Amino acid sequence: MKTEASGLSNRKPETEAFFPRDRDWHPPAFAPGYKSSVLRSPRKALLSLDGTLSEITGPVFGHDILGELDDDLIRNFARPGESAVGPRIIVHGRVLDERGKGVPGALLEFWQANAGGRYRHKREGYVAALDPNFGGCGRTVTGADGSYSFRTIRPGPYPWPNGPNDWRPAHIHFSIFGHGFAQRLITQMYFEGDPLIWKCPIVRTIPDKAAIERLIAGLDMEATIPMDACAYKFDIVLRGRQSSLFENRLEGN
Amino acid sequence: MPQSSDRLKESASQTAGPYVHIGLMPNFSGIAGVFGTDLGAIMVDEKTRGERIDVKMRVFDGADQPLTDALVEIWQADADGFYNSPSEPRAVADPNFTGWGRLATDMTTGECVFRTIKPGRVPFGDGRLMAPHITVWIVARGINIGLHTRMYFGDETTANTEDPVLAMIEDRTRVPTLIAPRDGDIYTFDIHLQGEHETVFLDI
Ligand SMILES: [Fe+2]
Repeated sequence: MKTEASGLSNRKPETEAFFPRDRDWHPPAFAPGYKSSVLRSPRKALLSLDGTLSEITGPVFGHDILGELDDDLIRNFARPGESAVGPRIIVHGRVLDERGKGVPGALLEFWQANAGGRYRHKREGYVAALDPNFGGCGRTVTGADGSYSFRTIRPGPYPWPNGPNDWRPAHIHFSIFGHGFAQRLITQMYFEGDPLIWKCPIVRTIPDKAAIERLIAGLDMEATIPMDACAYKFDIVLRGRQSSLFENRLEGN
Repeated sequence: MPQSSDRLKESASQTAGPYVHIGLMPNFSGIAGVFGTDLGAIMVDEKTRGERIDVKMRVFDGADQPLTDALVEIWQADADGFYNSPSEPRAVADPNFTGWGRLATDMTTGECVFRTIKPGRVPFGDGRLMAPHITVWIVARGINIGLHTRMYFGDETTANTEDPVLAMIEDRTRVPTLIAPRDGDIYTFDIHLQGEHETVFLDI
């Protein structure tokens, strides 16, 4: 796998184990407000294990897997000369680890509903219309400093079967690969100012308000493109490795 | 207040939801033409070293129904026990084997079948060899944070007995939840999210 373009080759690969995961910060497996979790939640204690080689290592994806329009959801499913309907936005930010270091070469995959809140999926049942020019998937690989950006339309909120009248706030799903399989993460990005965030049973599986706030992307006027696209900034933090102080000093960080 | 570590907090996990296929397996989900292929769908080619095997997985919920909307990723060493990863410090792994696979469970049967090779043994932190195993990660609607577990091989009785991770399982009756029986070239790994046969999941 190529790593040159990702900036990985500039660094000595890291081989230390990761900091333990703070399970109180993440949603618990069993969160009955989100009904699907009831039958799908392990109930026994997890087996805690210091990372072995099997978790410290992980697949790495180079920029060479990417197609030209992979990071442009406005156009990557659209007919030639057409584009997806909806408010045009840029989503950008950095992937960092818990030590605050940018994570280069991280694969980000994202998916979302269209501007009307409708997914392009066999099992989608919402009456809102499909957009013939919107597929809803994209991906990118972070640069040398962990930065990324992509272009899309702002997804709509949608109702879903849970309680009698539950609505998902507008959101984009993110899947992130760092450099170790133990870092594997799926999360969702929400939009600043959306009142549905605080009513959503899926958001509320996260026990800590501060943890929820980290999943809310802020409006970023400086990154907007005048007369073209609005912008939101969303940083993602992956688990960090337990590097020794000595190592940090050598690297000058 | 005691001094804090100045560490950032990891982004909180959120469920992959019912439409995870759109993002991670768009071709499988019927969204053609955006990405050429679904990443991780093919793990081996004719040059990959090692014994060809099929690993058949299903994920059962607490009502013993197989999940038809789950996504499973696996990560494993090559035939000699090396990982194809920059974080592998010991040697360069087989260049014709990424060691990583990704499949959706079938929307009707709940089954997914990884065509792969049998991995070699990898050392534990203290140098003892672990039994051959595959690292497994499961996400789906209703799963709030991806579940890590391991699959061991039913025909590796001696290695499994020596395995330092299996040895850590206090309730010995749960050890078999991580061991996939072999039938011909097919290993079957049934994962139970809860109930009497709940699989041992790992906090790694
Ligand atoms: Fe969603």
